[in-house]
Amino acid sequence: MNVAVAKTGKGRAVSDLFASAEGRLPGAPDVIAVRREAFETYERLGLPHRRIEEWKYTDLRALVGEMLPLAAAPDADALKRAAEVVKAHAIAGARKLVLVDGVFAADLSDVKALASEVSLKTLREVLADEANPAAGDLLQTASTDAVISLNAAMATDGVVVSVADGTHLSAPVQLIHIATAAGASAFTRSHLRIGKGARATIVETFVAAGKASGYQVNDAVILWIGDNADIAHIRLMDDAPDAVNISSQFVTVGAAVKLNFFNMTTGAAVSRLQGFITLAGEGSELSANGVNLLQKTEHGDTTLVVDHAVPNCVSRETFRAVIDDRAHSVFQGRIIVRPDAQKTDGKMMTRALLLSDEAEADNKPELEIFADDVSCGHGATAGALDDSLLFYLKARGLPEKQAQALLIQAFVGEAIEQIADDGLREHVIGIAERWLERRS
Amino acid sequence: MALLEVKDLKVRVEEREILHGLTLTVNEGEVHAIMGPNGSGKSTLSHVIAGKPGYEVTDGQILFKGEDLLEMSPDERAAKGVFLAFQYPVEIPGVATMNFLRTALNAQRKARGEDEYSTPDFLKKVREVSKSLNIPQDMLKRGVNVGFSGGEKKRNEVLQMALFEPSLCILDEMDSGLDIDALRIAADGVNALRSPGRAMVVITHYQRLLNYIVPDVVHVMSKGRVVKSGAKDLALELEASGYAQFEDA
Ligand SMILES: Nc1ncnc2c1ncn2[C@@H]1O[C@H](COP(=O)(O)OP(=O)(O)O)[C@@H](O)[C@H]1O
Ligand SMILES: [Mg+2]
Repeated sequence: MNVAVAKTGKGRAVSDLFASAEGRLPGAPDVIAVRREAFETYERLGLPHRRIEEWKYTDLRALVGEMLPLAAAPDADALKRAAEVVKAHAIAGARKLVLVDGVFAADLSDVKALASEVSLKTLREVLADEANPAAGDLLQTASTDAVISLNAAMATDGVVVSVADGTHLSAPVQLIHIATAAGASAFTRSHLRIGKGARATIVETFVAAGKASGYQVNDAVILWIGDNADIAHIRLMDDAPDAVNISSQFVTVGAAVKLNFFNMTTGAAVSRLQGFITLAGEGSELSANGVNLLQKTEHGDTTLVVDHAVPNCVSRETFRAVIDDRAHSVFQGRIIVRPDAQKTDGKMMTRALLLSDEAEADNKPELEIFADDVSCGHGATAGALDDSLLFYLKARGLPEKQAQALLIQAFVGEAIEQIADDGLREHVIGIAERWLERRS
Repeated sequence: MALLEVKDLKVRVEEREILHGLTLTVNEGEVHAIMGPNGSGKSTLSHVIAGKPGYEVTDGQILFKGEDLLEMSPDERAAKGVFLAFQYPVEIPGVATMNFLRTALNAQRKARGEDEYSTPDFLKKVREVSKSLNIPQDMLKRGVNVGFSGGEKKRNEVLQMALFEPSLCILDEMDSGLDIDALRIAADGVNALRSPGRAMVVITHYQRLLNYIVPDVVHVMSKGRVVKSGAKDLALELEASGYAQFEDA
């Protein structure tokens, strides 16, 4: 085991990261013990690198190098700057839960409005509750890769939301992560439990306030969905161009659930969304869709593992990447069909649009099928914009860039159209349009 | 006044010369027909006028309202009033026709320094024109030309012509793939756009279309050149005697 590699370039040992943060990490002694163990796992593994199969295309040692120290808890100025970001990125009508530099900001959140429909706590308060013997469980997940272990060790805050059986939320819940710091990191972890027959729309937004730069985000979400629930789950990774965002999602889906999952990455120098979705109840339908819009030298990785653990579920994955300049997009899609999971219907389709000769797309589909009566498949294409379509638009008066923009929007539209709610879809299209305007 | 002047134009595609010194002048208010067998270079001429990449102009010039057209990008040409109704309009999935029409019209207006159309004005205009061309509204919600029949694609080209109000309309084989009813509707649409300030170049290899869009001047193209020009009766002569007489020219 190569522990030496875990040293940073400046010779500072990674354990300093934990030691210096320990005073800020909530938790009774039991919880701190869990954190310590998680940190030891991280120290043993070090940052993931290309020789680890799951991280082959996203070598964090090469791309990121070192983990930055924990961001200070936000002061009045940081909260003021965050408030402006909330205004700009809030979805009309949604109920907001705001985390600033990894700390829940009650004043920026719609705590009262939410309290009438859901049970809401912060991760901090649950972990700090000495009377709760199970608090440490909130830091445990099925996977213990290095970044998830680091998240368990370092998570400062998050939300713990529970939606009771049969509740139909009257408005989307929007979790807004705001970075205001420069050269610091935020570790957040949230638990969302959706009761049987409930209906909810959950949005996660990652953005930066002015002056925030070179920050690192490590977020984890544990989402549990009860039988017969109907859920739309939308993630918008719209970070500052020099940021790092590593997000992990653990989703457990009950029976007869409809889950519509969507992720869009439009920023960050280095980003990875790794989603682990387990279809654990029969008759559920999963639609998982993603868009990467990358420019300059950005590196964006979407990795989805869909685990068909039981029979009779349907999964559909549509992924679109638009890659400009020298950017690099990665899509890894794994579909696992367990031996019992007969009649599984699982398909994924990936398309990459390369806007420059130096743009790069890696696509790694994997089917691990252990049942015999299934219908599974994947397809992938990569290519440039169609010249004949571009010419048609230009011949009708559209300047080159505008013609490209229209075709790019059409290209990603196929994934964005899977968002059923009109207002939400428009919000997402707006972010894509701003990305298009940033193109040089 | 001369609207379009093509002078001794030589064009190559992939190292092969397709147009070998073509000359053509079209005045404001006139309708010209260009007839010629398949492969004589009619579409090539229309593409070069519209600015399609992949063609190398080795000699000659094209003036539009006295300006050098070859110096302009395709979108600049469109904003100046050049419109090509394509022989094979492409399908653009995911770009709703209505959105496309509005974006294109406003891009042209912006390039000319004019105000953008307001939404109600735009909708009113589209509704009027599409009605006269028998284009159902739900077709405008679909992707540009996606799932359109041949006739619908051609009518969509005429619809754009009517919306953009270009001063030069080039119609490349508008009649191909159209039955007689569809042809009549499209031709009526084109005829309605005839005006003293606007010229049209109707490219076809059948005389049939010219019964519906009656030209002022007819040119015969063969092997990359205009080999004969005359009044509208020339089209009838060609119908009777065929293109063979020009093939050795
Ligand atoms: N992109 C191209 N590449 C190679 N040859 C071409 C291309 N376009 C046209 N040609 C050739 O140029 C000639 C003229 O074609 P075209 O202009 O389409 O004729 P028309 O429209 O009169 O039927 C034909 O011999 C055709 O094969
Ligand atoms: Mg032709």
